[in-house]
Amino acid sequence: MRILAIASIGGHWIQLLRLMPLFKENEVTFISTKPNLSDMVKGHKFITIPDANRNKRMNLCKCILSVTWHVITIRPQVIISTGAAPGLIGISIGKLLGAKTIWIDSIANAEKLSMSGNIATKIADRVYTQWEHLASSKVIFNGNIL
Amino acid sequence: MIFITTGTQEPFDRLIETMDDIAGQYPDVHFVVQAFHSHYKAKNFEVLEFLSAADFSDYMDKAELIISHAGMGTIISALVDSKPIIVMPRLLKHNEHRNEHQLATARKFEAMGYLNVAYDEDELKNKFKNLWPHNVKPLHKIGGTASDQLIESLRTFIK
Repeated sequence: MRILAIASIGGHWIQLLRLMPLFKENEVTFISTKPNLSDMVKGHKFITIPDANRNKRMNLCKCILSVTWHVITIRPQVIISTGAAPGLIGISIGKLLGAKTIWIDSIANAEKLSMSGNIATKIADRVYTQWEHLASSKVIFNGNIL
Repeated sequence: MIFITTGTQEPFDRLIETMDDIAGQYPDVHFVVQAFHSHYKAKNFEVLEFLSAADFSDYMDKAELIISHAGMGTIISALVDSKPIIVMPRLLKHNEHRNEHQLATARKFEAMGYLNVAYDEDELKNKFKNLWPHNVKPLHKIGGTASDQLIESLRTFIK
């Protein structure tokens, strides 16, 4: 499978890397928001995109364009994200192009799903929470990244 | 060596200022401090803006105690390396984050017995004084990858 794995720098990225056993069995391209993170995924394809959050409009536009371009050129069969905004953008574009899309809400969201996670429940094929008490008809709990 | 880190997204002056006060009382202890866009000027240690992944992991490795914000990147790294850690959550009321998820993280991980939590500056000073140096010990260790349950669930879904 051609997988596109997207996460912003920080906790999101660290959580994504903990899915490495899955990535190793497939052809994965990583997307994140800081070039030096490529050191952590040596031997795999790595792409840097501009970071974005909902407070900075200009960056958000750049991020959407960049993610869209990469999703179109890579044509992944599966898109997985552990957050945040860039991952949600990737999942939205991927869904339009027929990829299987998976959102894993950060383990940091221990009392409620993140805002991005809530949006993901309307877009992604599958949304995971990492806390059993947050599971619902739209959100799956099946283990965590620990 | 004590490694203090506040992540790469936003400043966290409250943590740096409190640790600077503490560092003033422990002149013999070596502090390595990473803080993004700090406005506070520390008197008792040098502050590094950003660390490479390799440097971060090197400092994690050498640290006897980690003091950090309640960010998952640092928490997971500390648990993988089985390092003692005190976290102080960023709070919305101080504009340190966009919501209270660090408080939620801190409470849950504290309840599981995985880490020490200081909910404010005084508690950080007290916890530090009680732990350093003789009571510092790791509380929990995790493996290098996600739970088999999650990996297997994803594996089945993408087939």
